[in-house]
Amino acid sequence: MAQNGADLQTIKKLIEIMRENDLLEVDIKLVGVEVKHGNEKILLKRSQSLGPTVNVVPMAGGKTSSAPAGPGAAKVSVQSTASGSPQAGNIVEIKSRIVGTFYAQPSPESPPFVEIGSNVTPQKVVCIIEAMKVMNEVRAETTGTIAEVMVANGQSVEYGQVLFKVKPGR
Amino acid sequence: MFSRILIANRGEIALRIIRACHELGVGAVVVYSEADRDAPYLQFADEAICIGPAEPAESYLNIPHIISAAEIADVDAIHPGYGFLAENINFARICQDCGIDFIGPPIEAMQLLGDKIEARKLAREARVPVVAGSENSLENESEALKLAEKVGYPVMIKAAAGSGGRATRVVHNDVGLSSAFSEVRAEAEAAFSDPRVYLEKLIVEPRYVEVQVMADKAGNAVHFYERDCTIQRQYQKMIEESPCPVLDERGREELCRAALKIVKKAKCVNAATVEFLLDKDKKFYFIEANTRIQAEHPVTEMVTGQDLIKWQIKIAAGETIELSQREIKHSGAAIQCRIKAEDPANDFKLSDGTITRYIPPGGPGVRVDSYIYQGWTVPKDYDSMIAKVIVHQKTREQAINTMKRALSEFVIEPTPTTIPVCLDILSHNLFAKNKIDTGFVERNF
Repeated sequence: MAQNGADLQTIKKLIEIMRENDLLEVDIKLVGVEVKHGNEKILLKRSQSLGPTVNVVPMAGGKTSSAPAGPGAAKVSVQSTASGSPQAGNIVEIKSRIVGTFYAQPSPESPPFVEIGSNVTPQKVVCIIEAMKVMNEVRAETTGTIAEVMVANGQSVEYGQVLFKVKPGR
Repeated sequence: MFSRILIANRGEIALRIIRACHELGVGAVVVYSEADRDAPYLQFADEAICIGPAEPAESYLNIPHIISAAEIADVDAIHPGYGFLAENINFARICQDCGIDFIGPPIEAMQLLGDKIEARKLAREARVPVVAGSENSLENESEALKLAEKVGYPVMIKAAAGSGGRATRVVHNDVGLSSAFSEVRAEAEAAFSDPRVYLEKLIVEPRYVEVQVMADKAGNAVHFYERDCTIQRQYQKMIEESPCPVLDERGREELCRAALKIVKKAKCVNAATVEFLLDKDKKFYFIEANTRIQAEHPVTEMVTGQDLIKWQIKIAAGETIELSQREIKHSGAAIQCRIKAEDPANDFKLSDGTITRYIPPGGPGVRVDSYIYQGWTVPKDYDSMIAKVIVHQKTREQAINTMKRALSEFVIEPTPTTIPVCLDILSHNLFAKNKIDTGFVERNF
């Protein structure tokens, strides 16, 4: 079973369905799944650009290269929620729930998801953490303004590592 | 040789592997859970990566997190230690798929020897004596009944996928067999997702003796002699020693040769321990083989002067064993006591709390493998073993004497530990006279 409750079989079936029906995007909210860390979704986007292959445990291929999968490769992002309960006046920390590589932007040419001063709401994607060739979107899960960015683009992050500090408030 | 290794374990074995890495000039990356955040050995590692919260399922058993850590740390290999993922075939396969060397046996050997029924078949084919019992898994109760009557009660019903005494029942007559059969099946299904069970004749008051074997990728295999682990409580080892005090040289040779046969036939590589029971006539019977390093490995290291963890790393890195069996000698007697944070006066309940005074023993012939320190709090989530004290002297009597001295010096306060029980066992007349069996501890303590 993949991280955060997303079923590998389900993901594989979805990718098949997308290919067969030439779908570009599938956005599913998992209902009735035992949810440990918050709301869970599966978002699959099919892009023409080269991207990492969909590989959730077990994985084929070498560890060193992020093997481009070619056109039509699906990019799977499983929402890994962040922790931090907003308390009035206190800084809220968005922490990593997985081990991987932090990316501040969706692709090298794009602007970062957030910067200091950016407003965030719970569903806002603040960064991506890549783990075993899977790009995991991290959501703010809080409302406020980014006060500090704690990690650099491409940096390795561990479980519990603080990614952002958020000043709570609307 | 590897440039960097990730240690997918914790506690004393993580520290042990870090030490071997550093002496070999290999970088050591260690993973840790939030509960082990303050473990001192993290500082000795070249890199430490937090992989999850305290619960083992979310950290030390969390394969994706561990593999991710291996990738971001850019390691060549993973040492799984013992317990946790050390005999997890899925984990070994994933390491392989990810291009990371798994410091352990090949997957096929793990599968073969991890299945107790297949391991018994292999032993029989290798003409190694096995405990009388089933050749295949038991299909149903009536088959079990027939076989039990054939081999004679008392018998044991065991799980094919089990180890460490889990999913095991002793049956004394056919009245108890029915419930034992279904209970073991249910436990096996729940714990290992494999309901297959088999039957063995119970050997009455046995000694428990195991042989340390090491094999390289070129097919060379040597043994590092045996360890006697008869002092157990509820299938958990407490005191281990080498050599086995009741075996003569001929018996030792036969036993060790049998162990080598099994490891070679299974095409096992790296460290393996082959376990036997010794009956009252000193006849040995194969019971199972473990394809990992064991907690009692220091006992072997003391009597042979060999560093088993370094051997594991070297073999995984492709080195061959240049030693001949003749060159591996054993000398003196070594004993290890496992110190657990358990209260013997309270039915060995897990002790909790913070250790406010910690003074480990030392002096000639004493080795302490531990990672705890003054100010450390016993975690609830992991094994209760907090330290291992190992002694090595010229004779068994001297070793017992030194161990008693060392344990009396060992201060761990205020947490109750099993030090007093170890002292009592070591002072017991029957232990000194080698008149013990695997039921000794439970009968007397």
